[in-house]
Amino acid sequence: MSDFNLKAATQEYATRLGDDAVVLGHRLSEWTSNGPFLEEDIALSNVALDYIGRARMYYTYAAELAGNGKTEDDFAYTRDMREYRNLLIHELPRGDFAYTMVRQLLVDVFNTYYLPELAKSADSTLAGIAQKAIKETRYHLRRSHEWTLRLGDGTEASHQRMQRALESLWGYTHELFDADPLELQLADAGIGVHNAALRPTWLAQVSAILTEATLTVPKDDWAVRGGRVGYHTENLGHLLNDMQFLHRAYPGCQW
Amino acid sequence: MMTPEQNFMRKIEAEEKIEPKDWMPEAYRQNLIRQISQHAHSEVIGMQPEGNWITRAPSLRRKAVLLSKVQDEGGHGLYLYSATETLGVKRADLIAAMQSGEAKYASIFNYPTQTWADIGAIGWLVDGAAIVNQISLQRTSYGPYSRAMIRICKEESFHQRQGYELMIALAHGSPAQKAMAQDALNRFYWPALMMFGPHDAESAHSAKSMTWKIKRETNDDLRQKFIDQTVPQIEFLGLVHPDQDLKWNAERGHYDSGEIDWKEFYNVINGNGHCNRQRVEHHIRAHEEGAWVRDAMTAYNAKQRAKTTEQRQAA
Ligand SMILES: [Fe+2]
Ligand SMILES: [Fe+2]
Repeated sequence: MSDFNLKAATQEYATRLGDDAVVLGHRLSEWTSNGPFLEEDIALSNVALDYIGRARMYYTYAAELAGNGKTEDDFAYTRDMREYRNLLIHELPRGDFAYTMVRQLLVDVFNTYYLPELAKSADSTLAGIAQKAIKETRYHLRRSHEWTLRLGDGTEASHQRMQRALESLWGYTHELFDADPLELQLADAGIGVHNAALRPTWLAQVSAILTEATLTVPKDDWAVRGGRVGYHTENLGHLLNDMQFLHRAYPGCQW
Repeated sequence: MMTPEQNFMRKIEAEEKIEPKDWMPEAYRQNLIRQISQHAHSEVIGMQPEGNWITRAPSLRRKAVLLSKVQDEGGHGLYLYSATETLGVKRADLIAAMQSGEAKYASIFNYPTQTWADIGAIGWLVDGAAIVNQISLQRTSYGPYSRAMIRICKEESFHQRQGYELMIALAHGSPAQKAMAQDALNRFYWPALMMFGPHDAESAHSAKSMTWKIKRETNDDLRQKFIDQTVPQIEFLGLVHPDQDLKWNAERGHYDSGEIDWKEFYNVINGNGHCNRQRVEHHIRAHEEGAWVRDAMTAYNAKQRAKTTEQRQAA
């Protein structure tokens, strides 16, 4: 572990967390003007804004650690799909409202346990970002929890949509609790988080909410992985195509 | 004793606000419903052309700014629907009237946002023109509308500044970026002037609205303010003014400008704009796609109510 470069590893970690946030924020922003009613349209934009804000903080820190004059936007706009390191669950399409809300529930519960751990990080910048994000996540979870109840225990049609969304997202949740050697070493150094340890509490809370919503917890019989090594679903390429369009069409410009 | 009608006119003349519970002529009420709901629809439909660039915004800061701007416009729609509801109508009916084409929204949103510079041009010119109108409407005679305008104006001036700032970045950028800015200015300048409506002589609703102080200044006066304030802004950007006939008139203390192409104005209003159908269809699609969500909410709430009643009866 002697050749483990803590600064480089932290930079990589901040980039990964920035990737998670920017990609999910992008997906949520696709709801603007497409929400089921105006109040909800506004609320979804709000959550999207929180994630964009998070991405900016993580990337800014990664840029600072890189120390070569890079900015947050270099991370978001000049890396291609294979360089992105977000967990796959964040890049899946926005889907219908049930799909979006189930994904939020799964991710919000995860963040409810992950962020307080990160807030204890020996790295004060990461800890500070996490501290700020905890408050947002509390509000996000209140929303996704309530929506899960309403839609799970609403009509037959809404129940079916929710169950279907759960089944198609469940296999992407395992990756949330993985850690490669870099993340393990960071966790050991008190900078990162031992994600695997979070799964039992995550599963317990998610199961409780799903049961309350009359939904069935899916079977753990499939798992798709690869985000942290840049092995993505087909969705991310299209997302980046949109997001990076101006940078690709007019390279090197300031906006 | 004053009749209700006389008392109403007395209040109008004394610059007192008319409040929802006050007596008002039916035509005043109808006029307000038309104007405020049209304003609400404009805020909501306006989310689409700008929403068209949220996923393509070229920096995280611009993306956040645009996202919160569009979100603000949704909020403006909400305040204005609430203001309209104080006149005894339901938001759902207002929305249905917009979707059927019976109620209008600002025709400016029938223009497509083709390039990123259009986002700057809209913030700067379209929100800019809206502010000129809305500042004047802060003094409108109907209380809830006036208060909504005061609240909205604060946010609109942010939008305009952010839009203009985006234009500065482009105008001072690469030649391609500058050309993009000029092109957006050329396309949005005239439609922005049209936002103030037809010349006073031809304006269908103007006279009565002025007497009732729903409107406080005429279309042409408001338009003139906007024309005058925009000249130095275009100069500062180093762009070419789209109106080649523009000339300072020292006697009037205003700029004289070229004639607006009213044929185009009516052409777009009457359904021949690039996005008329698209905007309404988008709204209908989102509304229909959300129907099962709204139904589930209603069903869930009904179940919860039934449960509470049951518990109360058991206790
Ligand atoms: Fe607005
Ligand atoms: Fe605005």
